[in-house]
Amino acid sequence: MNYQWNWRVFYDISGDGTSTYAHNLFAGAGWTLATALLSTLIALLVGVSIGLLRASPHRLKRGLAWAYVEIFRDIPLLVQMFIWYFVVPELLPASLGNGIKSLASGPFLTVSIALGLYAAARVGEQTRSAITALPKGQLMAGIALGLSRGQVLRLIVMPQALRLLIPPLTSEMVNIVKNTSVGMTLGLMELTARAREMQEATFHTFEAFAAATVGYLLINLCIITTIRAVDARLLSVKERAPRPQVGLGLLA
Amino acid sequence: MNFTPITSNLSYLFIEGLGLTIKVTLFCASAGLGLGILLAAIRLYGPRWAQMLVAGYVNMLRSIPLILVIFWFYFLSPYLIAWVIRSPNPVQVNAYVSALITFSLFEACYYCEIIRAGVLSVARGQEFAAKALGLTGIQVLKSVVLPQAMRNTGPILILQAIVLFQDVSLVYVLSLTDFVGAATQIAQQQNNLVPLYLFVALVYLVACFLSTQGVRSLQSRLATA
Repeated sequence: MNYQWNWRVFYDISGDGTSTYAHNLFAGAGWTLATALLSTLIALLVGVSIGLLRASPHRLKRGLAWAYVEIFRDIPLLVQMFIWYFVVPELLPASLGNGIKSLASGPFLTVSIALGLYAAARVGEQTRSAITALPKGQLMAGIALGLSRGQVLRLIVMPQALRLLIPPLTSEMVNIVKNTSVGMTLGLMELTARAREMQEATFHTFEAFAAATVGYLLINLCIITTIRAVDARLLSVKERAPRPQVGLGLLA
Repeated sequence: MNFTPITSNLSYLFIEGLGLTIKVTLFCASAGLGLGILLAAIRLYGPRWAQMLVAGYVNMLRSIPLILVIFWFYFLSPYLIAWVIRSPNPVQVNAYVSALITFSLFEACYYCEIIRAGVLSVARGQEFAAKALGLTGIQVLKSVVLPQAMRNTGPILILQAIVLFQDVSLVYVLSLTDFVGAATQIAQQQNNLVPLYLFVALVYLVACFLSTQGVRSLQSRLATA
């Protein structure tokens, strides 16, 4: 193998003339994290609502939520991002569409929205199965006590369902972090885009991609340990009883 | 809306573009399944050091973005092939071959985990009973454990292939002309993005929806069998 390794390349000044490649990679990791956080917020809000609608007794509401899940699950994320970025502004009134297109943070917002709504379909399915996994007696007992359906959901079903949701939501958030890289196709300068940029400029391919790989592993490790710590804290306050550890592959 | 960019380029979109997407999907789903069975066998029955090695490989590839994996293998393939054929210099690899290598190795990780879970889901008593009947280790696996594991995991394996069909769109970053790539080229030539991207989304939606429904009905038939 005749590949010239040079790990000092990270200290070289990048094409913009001021910052080092290391600095750019850290900035990229920052955008990856920011996009992932905004997407997760959207995915949680929309996804949990979709999951509640999926479990609703109304046919129409169930049908709408079902259609949402199918549409957002059956179109590749890349195509969804293209639609939000290239198609939606054209279909809006011209003044609004042009305003969106000229936004400096356009790629960041578009990628976050697209990724959030895409992940919401999966969060919706996870929410639904968490709700249906609870014993039916919980709901019936709540109604027998004279609570309204909304109260039962809010006070009895959701607090328990959210606990069941923590493991699948953790892996969903890891997925979101990985999928932020699709945003590079819209010009979002996240971690993979920064590594690719460094590779194109320096030809130190493997150093650049190794740095990005370590970056993703660290981000995901942080997410998993943070959620576990929060989960353990919730447990110690509310139950104070030992609970079997939910099996989660390290980064799977 | 003007649909002539679509109607006048149907053969390019479907035969060149979607054709490539389907070719990559079918090849990599099969190669990935074969490799995945091998990896799962090593993880389940191999020597300890090999189990660790495979587990590390599988977990690593599943922890980083697919686009990064595509870049890794695109630039690594010349060295890998040079190593395999013992050539002193890196071998030039085109984007198509590199995509085939990447998605096969990437899918192998996911298939490995699905198959491993499937094998572990077969009750241990089945294995003990088969051994008590005097079957050899290979016979136990081939005639008792794997058929049951395959029935448990068959639908999931197909669903994974549908996910792969969608993921192949990411060869966009290698400028390959898959379905999305073909649509993008036409859209840019004609300066008319809206109908083409809507059309691409619709085709994926219909294809993936129909195939998932098919898998669901297969799933319920297998469950009752």
